[in-house]
Amino acid sequence: MAINWFKYSAPSTFYGLAGKLVPWFAWPAALLFCVGLYIGFFVAPTDVVQGEAYRIIFIHVPASILSMFIYLIMAAYAALGLIFNTRLSAMMATALAPTGALFAFISLWTGALWGKPMWGAWWVWDARLTSELILLFLYLGFIALQASIEDTRRADRAGALLAIVGSVNVPIIYFSVKWWNTLHQGSTIKFTGTSMHIAMQQAMFTMLVACWLYVIAISLVRVRSIILERERNTQWVKELAEIKQ
Amino acid sequence: MNRLSLTSLLLLVIRRDLLLAMRRRADVLTTLVFFVMVVSLFPLGIGPEADTLRKIAPGVVWVAALLASMLSLGRMFSADYLDGTLEQMLLVPQSLSMLVLGKIVAHWMLSGLPLVLIAPVLGLQFDMSAQALWVLIAALLLGTPVLSMIGAIGAALTLGLRGGGVLVSLLVLPLCIPVLIFGAGAVESVTTGMSAVSHLSLLGAMLMFSLVFTPWVSAQALRISME
Amino acid sequence: MNWAEFFAMKGYGFYVWGSYGVALLVLLLEIVLVRHKRTITLQQLRLMRDVGDEE
Repeated sequence: MAINWFKYSAPSTFYGLAGKLVPWFAWPAALLFCVGLYIGFFVAPTDVVQGEAYRIIFIHVPASILSMFIYLIMAAYAALGLIFNTRLSAMMATALAPTGALFAFISLWTGALWGKPMWGAWWVWDARLTSELILLFLYLGFIALQASIEDTRRADRAGALLAIVGSVNVPIIYFSVKWWNTLHQGSTIKFTGTSMHIAMQQAMFTMLVACWLYVIAISLVRVRSIILERERNTQWVKELAEIKQ
Repeated sequence: MNRLSLTSLLLLVIRRDLLLAMRRRADVLTTLVFFVMVVSLFPLGIGPEADTLRKIAPGVVWVAALLASMLSLGRMFSADYLDGTLEQMLLVPQSLSMLVLGKIVAHWMLSGLPLVLIAPVLGLQFDMSAQALWVLIAALLLGTPVLSMIGAIGAALTLGLRGGGVLVSLLVLPLCIPVLIFGAGAVESVTTGMSAVSHLSLLGAMLMFSLVFTPWVSAQALRISME
Repeated sequence: MNWAEFFAMKGYGFYVWGSYGVALLVLLLEIVLVRHKRTITLQQLRLMRDVGDEE
């Protein structure tokens, strides 16, 4: 069966499709959050070195991974929108940015709360924490730029260019921060990765999948509002059941 | 009109921008005074111990240079945008990237080069050694053009927006972090007795990389903003 | 299993629950905001339709 993907790249068709998809991502996300937290808190054993404090990784690591992935996906959507002039991908990029910034914030917050009992400091200039902070700045720049441009077409395209430049810069920033860190003998988070108990891995993986599903669900809901806002003058929006009532 | 060659176009744009800037000399001076002031404030805030000052000098000079170059970014395209020249520039048959490169070079000569020239004097305030001063000059010479080039992208994206000045710093500053790290790192490695060659060559690599890509990206950004 | 012991996390309770509490709070806040945005958007669209009908 051949699916016509281009059919779903039209905002009018995607609006309905997204609405149908949201529960299929939202409920499994909620379920997996519960399962992941259960395994993380009741099944996974206490870590020998870090005691109970290590349990923060079940939220910290998925949040860090996703904050980076979301930026790349956002940049990819933005690039698609810029090159092929598809309105929907630009809207997806806009919808993903706040969630990405949020995960970057969660990663920093939990990193600080993990760092305090482990190194005795709320903040250390660790290479990963520092890159995460810069990533948060990049997100905020993207959001601020789009927010200050009123013309949506220009906002989409300007944001896209910034996201692409940012994603080219991310590896350079990461390596320069890493180099800077080793030069100054900063502390690094070392977790006994190889000796991780199987239940710990399961908990982390479940939480990661849960976060993924959450991101998809929330950005679909957000993109639906964006679609409605931008297409408010079209006939199909006026004929929607939600509007007609 | 004769078809201009790319180099003569470049020189023409640079000369025009420099000429225009010379008619408003105060703008150039403001950036320079800002730079000097910010650097001189640090000893007042931290204390006059020579050891501490020597240690923080490269970082202070670089952060101040970063802020000073942000300050002048708004002027890179805005005057031409307001009087309509920029619209004409987008229509020229020659490469827009080359034109943008010309504006970047002019911007650097007006806001980057003066900083490089005054930096050794400021370095003396911080009791830097002669060798460290030379490395500081070399690093600034390699690094400040990169700041102007990355800044050009931000300036082009925020063209004509309200609150553009703060916004452009928000966009550009995170992207400039590698320059800051290696620029300050070069001076620091000399003061700790190591060679600065690796830092300087990485700065040089960044300069080459941005020289190839940023004029084109800024040109695209200008087209997006002017649509 | 003793719940008080569980919440104490062997002295790390503040850090562990501080992490998960804030993460949960932030995610819930996002959900509320996104749903609120949708309600507002729909309201605005209905308003626009009503204005359009009167014309």
